[in-house]
Amino acid sequence: MPRLEEHCWRRSCTSRVESKNYYRENWVASKAEEMMSIITSVLSNVYGSLHSVQTANLIRRGLVLFTVGVFLALVLNLLQVQRNVTLFPEEVMATLFSSAWWIPPCCGTAAAVVGLLYPCIDSHLGEPHKFKREWASVMRCIAVFVGINHASAKLDFANNVQLSLTLAALSLGLWWTFDRSRSGFGLGIGTAFLATVITQLLVYNGVYQYTYPDFLYVRSWLPCIFFSGGVTAGNIGRQLAMVTHYHNATLTIHENRK
Amino acid sequence: MTVRERLREKISAAFYRHGLLCASYPVPIILFTSASILACCYPLLRLPLPGTGPVEFTTRVRDYTVPSHEPQGDLGEQPDWYRGPPVAYIQPVLVKAAVSPWDSTLVPVDVFRSPLGRVFSLLEEIRNHVHDDGSLEALCLQVTDLLPGLRRMQRVLPEHGCLLVSPGNYWQNQRELFDSDPDLLKTVHQHEPKGLHTSATLRDLLFGVPVKHTGVSLYSRKRVVTYTITMVLGSYDARFLSSLRARLRQLHPSVNCSLREDHMVHVHFKEEIGMAELIPLVTTYIILFAYIYFSTRKIDMVKSKWGLALAAVVTVLSSLLMSVGLCTLFGLTPTLNGGEIFPYLVVVIGLENVLVLTKSVVSTPVDLEVKLRIAQGLSNESWSIMKNMATELCIILIGYFTLVPAIQEFCLFAVVGLVSDFFLQMFFFTTVLSIDIRRMELADLNRRLPAEAGMPLPKPGPLRPREAPPPPRPSPHTITLQTPAFRNLRLPKRLRVVYFLARTRLAQRFIMVGTVIWIGILAYTDPAGLRTYLAAQVSEQSPLGDGGAGGLPPHLGVAPVFPGPGGDPVGTLSVLPAPAEPTPLPENQSQGHHGAPGEGVPLVPQISWGAEDEEGWRRLSFRHWPSLFSYYNITLAKRYISILPVIPITLHLSPREAIETRHPQDTRHPPPPSLKTNDLPADLTLYKVAALGLAAGVLLVLLLFCLYRVLCSRNYGQNGVAHGRRRRGDLPCDDYGYSPPISEISPLLLCGHSMDIECLASDGMLLASCCLAGQIRVWDTQTGDCLTVIPKHGLRRSSSSGCWEQRDGWDAVGVAEPENLGGGTEPGGGVFDEGEGYPLRRRTTPRPALFENQPDLTPLIDTNFDSQPPSHLLLTPPRDGFDFGGLVEKAYLEHEPPSPGLTLRGNLIAAGRSNGKLEVRPNPESTPLHHGKRGGSHNEKAGNNICKRRVSLWDAVEGSLRCSNEDGVSGITALAFLNNRIVAARLDGSLDFFTVDINKPLGLLQYRGPPGRSNMPPSPCYSSEDVISCQLTRSVQCAHQKPITVLRAAAGRVVTGSQDHTVRVYRLEDSCCLFTLQGHSGGITAIYIDQTMVLASGGQDGAICLWDVLTGSRVSHVYGHRGDVTSLVCTTSCVISSGLDDLICIWDRSTGIKLYSIQQEVGCGASLGVISESLLVTGGQGCVSFWDLNFGDLLQTVYLGQSSDGQGVRQLVVLNNAAIVCDFGSELSLVYVPSVLEKLD
Repeated sequence: MPRLEEHCWRRSCTSRVESKNYYRENWVASKAEEMMSIITSVLSNVYGSLHSVQTANLIRRGLVLFTVGVFLALVLNLLQVQRNVTLFPEEVMATLFSSAWWIPPCCGTAAAVVGLLYPCIDSHLGEPHKFKREWASVMRCIAVFVGINHASAKLDFANNVQLSLTLAALSLGLWWTFDRSRSGFGLGIGTAFLATVITQLLVYNGVYQYTYPDFLYVRSWLPCIFFSGGVTAGNIGRQLAMVTHYHNATLTIHENRK
Repeated sequence: MTVRERLREKISAAFYRHGLLCASYPVPIILFTSASILACCYPLLRLPLPGTGPVEFTTRVRDYTVPSHEPQGDLGEQPDWYRGPPVAYIQPVLVKAAVSPWDSTLVPVDVFRSPLGRVFSLLEEIRNHVHDDGSLEALCLQVTDLLPGLRRMQRVLPEHGCLLVSPGNYWQNQRELFDSDPDLLKTVHQHEPKGLHTSATLRDLLFGVPVKHTGVSLYSRKRVVTYTITMVLGSYDARFLSSLRARLRQLHPSVNCSLREDHMVHVHFKEEIGMAELIPLVTTYIILFAYIYFSTRKIDMVKSKWGLALAAVVTVLSSLLMSVGLCTLFGLTPTLNGGEIFPYLVVVIGLENVLVLTKSVVSTPVDLEVKLRIAQGLSNESWSIMKNMATELCIILIGYFTLVPAIQEFCLFAVVGLVSDFFLQMFFFTTVLSIDIRRMELADLNRRLPAEAGMPLPKPGPLRPREAPPPPRPSPHTITLQTPAFRNLRLPKRLRVVYFLARTRLAQRFIMVGTVIWIGILAYTDPAGLRTYLAAQVSEQSPLGDGGAGGLPPHLGVAPVFPGPGGDPVGTLSVLPAPAEPTPLPENQSQGHHGAPGEGVPLVPQISWGAEDEEGWRRLSFRHWPSLFSYYNITLAKRYISILPVIPITLHLSPREAIETRHPQDTRHPPPPSLKTNDLPADLTLYKVAALGLAAGVLLVLLLFCLYRVLCSRNYGQNGVAHGRRRRGDLPCDDYGYSPPISEISPLLLCGHSMDIECLASDGMLLASCCLAGQIRVWDTQTGDCLTVIPKHGLRRSSSSGCWEQRDGWDAVGVAEPENLGGGTEPGGGVFDEGEGYPLRRRTTPRPALFENQPDLTPLIDTNFDSQPPSHLLLTPPRDGFDFGGLVEKAYLEHEPPSPGLTLRGNLIAAGRSNGKLEVRPNPESTPLHHGKRGGSHNEKAGNNICKRRVSLWDAVEGSLRCSNEDGVSGITALAFLNNRIVAARLDGSLDFFTVDINKPLGLLQYRGPPGRSNMPPSPCYSSEDVISCQLTRSVQCAHQKPITVLRAAAGRVVTGSQDHTVRVYRLEDSCCLFTLQGHSGGITAIYIDQTMVLASGGQDGAICLWDVLTGSRVSHVYGHRGDVTSLVCTTSCVISSGLDDLICIWDRSTGIKLYSIQQEVGCGASLGVISESLLVTGGQGCVSFWDLNFGDLLQTVYLGQSSDGQGVRQLVVLNNAAIVCDFGSELSLVYVPSVLEKLD
């Protein structure tokens, strides 16, 4: 009985969490997500071992992060695409998917990796992240991240140095406001560095190019965006991990009781 | 450091004072705040309203020059967009054409075929017009390709040349195509988009007038065709245009036209917000809403959660408005797109402070005064609030030095917004919070002191009983019935919505009104419907048209449309300066040469020019021009066009010309529009539409009704007749119009007692009651028969006469009675022999001081002799004990200082009852023994009873007890019997564990079995040879610092609660203390533990704690009551608690959230029982109420007697066969709950 109750509770909680995250996900994705969660919960029921529950949680968290990443990539890419838009919806859809198809999945995967890496590193370092651990703060973080992108796309700066410096300050402010952990900072820097190098390589090999490259082959504000993106994804990932961790703890108690 | 500390202290003190101020004068402060908000927002009135509608600016044509790019400061009235040349100049040529006079031989198509045909010659003329060196080709706006997505319009819209749009475009501006077109209407219609369309359609674009004004229709009644030839010019040449105007006027004079031609209108279009920009915007807004949602979700423990959330949002929004207003006031005009930066501003300002404030205030002690709570809460958080604000200001100031104008502006707004937000938090939100909390306190006050409810007394109700003397309780007979509105019942939202719908019949009314409106709209707007019909009625002539104006019904009051010999030509319904116009009669006559005037062929369609034709483009959609230009990828966003005065052209065509231009197929169209045949189909359509609409409406109503019935399967208000017994018409569920299904429940009255029932006890089969007179009666719960009556004095005799062994036992107990029971209830007359009684007496003496804290166990009776389910019984003893202590005030006061020794009296009574049972049972000797033992497992005190049965045993136990007593241990306050162990708690806080051994030759192992079974086999024959020994196995000294008040045992655990605010958990087997649970701030008054290891405790502080017995951790902690928690019951999903405040609270067990509460009538507070998992029964004034635990619905109220006044049900015992027994004055009431029986099975 307690297990059943627990199961129901966990299901409802996670589905709630998920639904909060998929505001505008398309139907197929959410359905697939639902199917996945059903499958994983069935699996966890069958095996009943804590291990499989953890795996299922991992998968679910990864999926959530992936969808968030894809969604943000689409929207933010749209911000970067020129605003010379006509009135016809076909055109809009064209601009929405105008960039290469592999960009959103890549961003989604990156978000999932980073978002799973953060809580993992936290637990390995043995210093769980306690600062502002609530969904409201996470939402605030996402909003600031989108705002940084918005600023980089729409504001007219005098020169690129100014733009990059501003964005760097904003990214640091984001980290200070919502993270404040050494591991978060390190991981953010690492993400930014890796992503910038990868972009450089891609551009160097001619996969695509930037309009006005000013930092070797890419824009100089790119690392700042990657840094704040990493921090944001980590924030989401930590919040998700906290929810599931809490569930695991209660589940353990229940199993012990039995 | 010291500076910091001092600063911190000062800030905290300032906040404290501010909190006091806010909570003391809420209304003036809110008024002041609202006034300042309004004052700061006042400058916003001067800002233009946001929107994408075009704006206009009118200049004179005469001295028009193309405005320069440089702004000219002197021209104050010029808008700032009026700079540079426009995108284009629009020169509309408005053509009105009619075949006149109308001949009856003409077919409907003739109305528009020949007028439309004239467009080609007009176009030719316009194209070929040359003035000086200018021609249209040179002036007009040259367009290139259409956008790639517009292939279907390629044939119609011009490409690679002048943008000249006219209806002729339908036929590629070629007369031959037009002439060979068999169906003009079809050609026009085939380009129309299907379905709904909001922006300009192709037809609008080409005709240049709204569709309904074109007159291109078979049913046109005015027979005037209107269309526009739109020239789009790239540059302005005044001379060319005026010469063109003069030429056209000369060719086609519009005689009665008085259109103004001296003004040109410049229309500026705002930026279009496209889908692509909308998506990020929407995303940010969604994130914003998620943020607000997650933030406000955290507001809790207040009176109105949503009210506070609203206040928080209002605080943030109005602070933003204030910041914009203030910035505008000081001369800074916002250049940023407000909608874009708004979410970021909200996120930067944030809701955190508001939440922190709420949380801090709510977590202050509840029993403080509101003012002090607010002040304390504020000062607690003052430092963090100030620190956060300073940090944010610093960050924003850093942003200000990025020297990017947009970021600077944003930061400026944010700084002002932050400051004003701080101001609003401090004044507005704090005050709202104080009002909210005061409402909560007042609501509590209302409950407690109904007489003073109206007084604006911010003080909380009576303080804790520890500090204050116990509130004087009115005697049961003088209780005034409380208004049941105080029964604050919280229904689940779903049900509330349903009840609301059911009560107001909202759905039905809404559907009905909607249907009526819909039908009305249908009938009115249908092309063949009411409106045209009415219009025709008004404007059309009565049939046959031979008599002319003479036949016109004068009461219509409308001038005839068609001319009589001197008829008023402009007397149409159009908005004309009609009275002024009749003067140009001569010209009017002069036009007569087109038709044949006065010949008796009366129908001459009138062409009239009115003010609305002057700027006919206004009637078009405001997206008309942007969409026309967007086809050629020219955007009008943030640019303007100039619309030149219209050139009017009037065309009159002769019927002959119309007939000549006919296409052979035209005559195949419907017969000539005789008015009769024309009216009839219109009427028919009207009726058809009405019938169809009605049918659809009825269908819709039926459908929704079915849906309604399916969704809400319960029959609301259908059983209203059967309410004879339900006199609580004012209960909440009645407000919602819901009457639950009634199954007749009639209480069985058990009469016999002469005074009020004092106590009750029962196992499943037998029921024992004791009245104030000391009489004990035993009833059969199935039949309601009185089995035994044990009079006050007879008790002793009967028992003593039973057998001498027993008598000894009685005597031992009897010693305690006199002092315990005082006068009335004293069984008296007992044989006091030997010294056994005296130690008992000695034991009781030191107790008076403890009395307030002790449960008064006076009324404990136990009849559980037979197979009684211990788990079930475990619920009841605490209730019995505590109810009584609280409730039987009178008897209680009469007593001499009572003592826990009173419990022995319970034993005595139990024994007496078993004595009574001896009469019915064949085996008098042995049954009491076993019954006593069984009963002992449920009633703490009965444990001793066993021992008293057999002299030898009794001696043994008594002796051991006495020994311990003599060791200086004080008396027993509580006893628990589990398995074969007896646990005794003592006044000095020590615990004694006894083991009872039954050496029975017949193998009575079954009786030693775990007591958790409810279905023990009925006791077989017992032999009197049983040897029962009871030994003290272990004594835990100083288990608690203070007297133990509650003792419960279940599931191998013994749980004790004490005056020292702690709860301890012992293992039964080895008496090992497992946990000491701390968390209460008052003495423990109630404990619940059952087989499933659920442990709940309630204390004098009104707190209820749920514990995990396995880990000793506190699962949840809630404050539920003012005053002691008197009893606690847990089900699998919820915890039910009752307190001295007569409130029954139902909590969710897993989350600790209060689901709802039930206000009990005074004195009935503790009378509650759980019948099944979802059925709760509570006592009231002369009635018992059944509640659905899951939803808090009142299922049924059963009235116990004819006179419902006076007697309240103070005790309630749930039997395991789904019956309840409650006291009702001097009677007992036995109520069977039949539906529950099935559920239990």
